[in-house]
Amino acid sequence: MPADLAALVLRAKEGDQPAFEELVRSTYVDSYTLALRLTGNEDDARDVVQESYLRAYKGLKRFRGDAQFTTWLYRITANCAANQLDKRTRHRHDELPDDLVLLDDQVDHDPAAAADVSDLRDQLRIAVARLPPRLRAVVVLRDLYDLPHEAIAAELGISETAAKVRLHRARRKLREDLRPARFEPGETGEDVRAV
Amino acid sequence: MRCEDFADALAASADVRDGSQSASLDRAARLHVEQCLRCQAELVQYRRLLRALRTLRSEVLEPAPGLLSDILATVEQAGERHAVRSLLSGRRAAYLGGLAAATAAGAAGAIVLASRTRRGRLRLAG
Repeated sequence: MPADLAALVLRAKEGDQPAFEELVRSTYVDSYTLALRLTGNEDDARDVVQESYLRAYKGLKRFRGDAQFTTWLYRITANCAANQLDKRTRHRHDELPDDLVLLDDQVDHDPAAAADVSDLRDQLRIAVARLPPRLRAVVVLRDLYDLPHEAIAAELGISETAAKVRLHRARRKLREDLRPARFEPGETGEDVRAV
Repeated sequence: MRCEDFADALAASADVRDGSQSASLDRAARLHVEQCLRCQAELVQYRRLLRALRTLRSEVLEPAPGLLSDILATVEQAGERHAVRSLLSGRRAAYLGGLAAATAAGAAGAIVLASRTRRGRLRLAG
């Protein structure tokens, strides 16, 4: 954890409100980015981030400092996002599809935008956005944010085995989505025998 | 066995972190991949996919203006509620303490009175 962030956490744990506010200022864009990746919806992401900081504020005394503050915050954000997605599933009148459309998905309907999407990162971003929320959550938390399987399972309220199964399914889906694009085999000299 | 039988194993074994593989292939899968060019290529592609995914981590999605002030307001409200609760629970404790002290003093007074009355009766009887 960066020294200044660690110092802020210590002060905030002792009830220093401005220190907690400084923590929020330093981390909220990152938290929002994660929330948006998990929920696929700006309004939901805003709600999730607010709820996450509220929980962090209330539970800061329980933060032991074993992990980085940001990792702890990611876990809270993941949990809040899972709750938000559950809520959304329960309220069927919202008529939100399982495969939520993320911002980047609009290129599907816009040939000009699609033409602009030329590099792998763009295609990957779209492919991740197209994943069903349950698969997207595990791949984002594991492959982007490097959370351990155990933490992902705990925050999403599923078993570790289920988390792994979803992760593999998500990677396969991404791989299939990107197959016609840049992932053509044979263009790399990487040693595949180290399996 | 067919390539498809190892698809999940390939997706899992691509998970290489810091140069060490966290999930390696089992013996059957390893033997297959060593003999199968298609699966070797597939594994390379999975590894590239994971590397590409990790590059997305550094991207920042900027929130619309107002989010920071909304979060700070939410936290401030929670702080105020907490402060009010602490104050009330402190007052409640003081009130209950006072009540307990008054009750104890009353009881002590009653005992003293009762014992004096009893002593007076005994003297009269003697």
